[in-house]
Amino acid sequence: MSPILSVRDLEVAFDIRPQGAWPWTPSRKLHAVGGVSFDIAPGDCLGVVGESGSGKSTLARAIVGTVPATGGQILFEGADLAAMSVTERRAHRKDVQMIFQDPLAALNPRMTVGDIIAEPLVTHFPKTPRDEVKSRVRELMERVGLLPNLINRYPHEFSGGQCQRIGIARALILKPKLLICDEPVSALDVSVQAQVINLLAELRRDMGLSMVFIAHDLSVVKHISDRILVMYLGKQMEQAEAKVLCTRPEHPYTQALISSVPIPDPVLEAKRDRPVLEGDLPSPLAPPSGCVFRTRCPKAQASCAQVQPEMVVQEGNHMIACPFHAPMQVLQNA
Amino acid sequence: MIVDSATADRLAEAPHLAEVQGRSLWQDARVRFFRNKAAVASLVVLSLIAFFAFFGGFFAAFDNETIDFTLMGANAYKGVPSFETGHYFGVDSDGRDLFARTVQGTRISLLVGIVGAGVAVIVGTLYGATAGYFGGRIDGIMMRTVDVLMSIPFMFVLILMLVIFGRSILMLFIGIGLISWLDMARIARGQTLTLKNKEFVEAAVATGVSPMKIILRHIVPNLIGIVVVYATLLIPGMIITESFISFLGLGVQEPATSLGALIDTGADNLNNGTRWQLYFPLFFFVTTLFAFFFVGDGLRDALDPKDR
Repeated sequence: MSPILSVRDLEVAFDIRPQGAWPWTPSRKLHAVGGVSFDIAPGDCLGVVGESGSGKSTLARAIVGTVPATGGQILFEGADLAAMSVTERRAHRKDVQMIFQDPLAALNPRMTVGDIIAEPLVTHFPKTPRDEVKSRVRELMERVGLLPNLINRYPHEFSGGQCQRIGIARALILKPKLLICDEPVSALDVSVQAQVINLLAELRRDMGLSMVFIAHDLSVVKHISDRILVMYLGKQMEQAEAKVLCTRPEHPYTQALISSVPIPDPVLEAKRDRPVLEGDLPSPLAPPSGCVFRTRCPKAQASCAQVQPEMVVQEGNHMIACPFHAPMQVLQNA
Repeated sequence: MIVDSATADRLAEAPHLAEVQGRSLWQDARVRFFRNKAAVASLVVLSLIAFFAFFGGFFAAFDNETIDFTLMGANAYKGVPSFETGHYFGVDSDGRDLFARTVQGTRISLLVGIVGAGVAVIVGTLYGATAGYFGGRIDGIMMRTVDVLMSIPFMFVLILMLVIFGRSILMLFIGIGLISWLDMARIARGQTLTLKNKEFVEAAVATGVSPMKIILRHIVPNLIGIVVVYATLLIPGMIITESFISFLGLGVQEPATSLGALIDTGADNLNNGTRWQLYFPLFFFVTTLFAFFFVGDGLRDALDPKDR
């Protein structure tokens, strides 16, 4: 089956103006995302993980189109979104919707919930009769687990989990084909996280949605994704089927990431061998030469600083950006 | 949790209940505003003054233009404020009824303030929101234009305009309207800069809402709180400006008058034993300003985002 979304060598760079510079001084480039490629088949879910500042959200924003891509292609059903004009792109936006990290900040405090959920519908189909808009909104509110009689309430009258449900309802009212979830649960507490993730999984199954699911918590991503992409400083480190990546990670960064997930068993936790990463994420304004991970990598060698590592592709389309990759045994209940 | 059947029934019914009416942030702010005693009292005073300015003419025994020749030269003892003669506030130095003149002056002063603030709110907010939202070069050009306009000594230009094009209320409105929106544009732009990075604006962009709709639907309603507060504090500023111009003798033209012009003539006659000519207009001037400032303060407290 042809992929619904295929991203090829996507690059996003921001211009950083030095403080108080002359207008003709060239601005510095911040490479937030550099050369990320992946495919999503219809109905599939791609999980994206990485620590803060690894370019996950920028990747999502480039796909949705709120941040311009500076290189590469974003092919949505064969059409290159990155090359479209602003107006063309605006018409295309109804197929790709997004769910945001901070549920309350993503809702306009001066609008009622009904107006917020209806906004995409009213924008793309302005001729829809008001009754129909209202009945669609009520239907959808019920679908995401909100009482439809709360349609005239304002966002500040809802809890975080409810706000996220409103955000989900808004994203789904146009029946999009692709849903981008940018850390949809990281601002919620754990019990509500589970509810929202289950809701998303259920909606995905029922509506045949394809999803990009971003989180910095690997255990959340594992639960919902078919494939997982691991990012570090804007580059992709490893990409594999969710199960393979979590049980047989090969890239040293993925191994460190997985071993940082705590095991709810103190005996096992004490026994396990965990490579702990030293230091902080380097500045994306001055990334390390060669492999960006080499400054913190336990397996780093002199050659790592020379060239950017090639993608090693193993069976099952398991991609690893490290020439020194080796499987690591992961405790099963992690 | 154990749910008995009655609770379960009620829960099952809940979705079919009537729609719950939400309480918007505006309603919350209104409740907070009405808890502020000084602001509410000032609002009442302002309504009374507005009533006086627009309907006071019906209660006047004389109109504002008729000169009472019997009082000529005898102002100090015959033109005293009194209910018997019908000159409630006395007469001015030309023998005209001061009550009718004060009504007229208050009306013009209020109009100047409201028109000035109205122009500021409409032009300034839209201009600032547009500049802030688009950012970059557009923002640079629009805001530098504002800087240039601000650097012009406005009082000097206004006086020149009044001298060259003749003294009229229209000229005064144009002059005040031209400068009043500059500060508002800056305030609106500053707020827009923080608002446009909020996720709800990004959500609207991602949905495909056009930029003008985003400004009108998402930015401006969230600016209104600050804009309203600033506007209520701007009105007294406009009234003071107009009064200053009129006090210099350049504002509205006779027979029209304003509080500033009345205070001017009152001050001129301070030594002639007709002090009421100063005190009555001054009372309305000061009361109006105080009331506006208190209402503005109350609105600021009610709409303060930190209180939310």
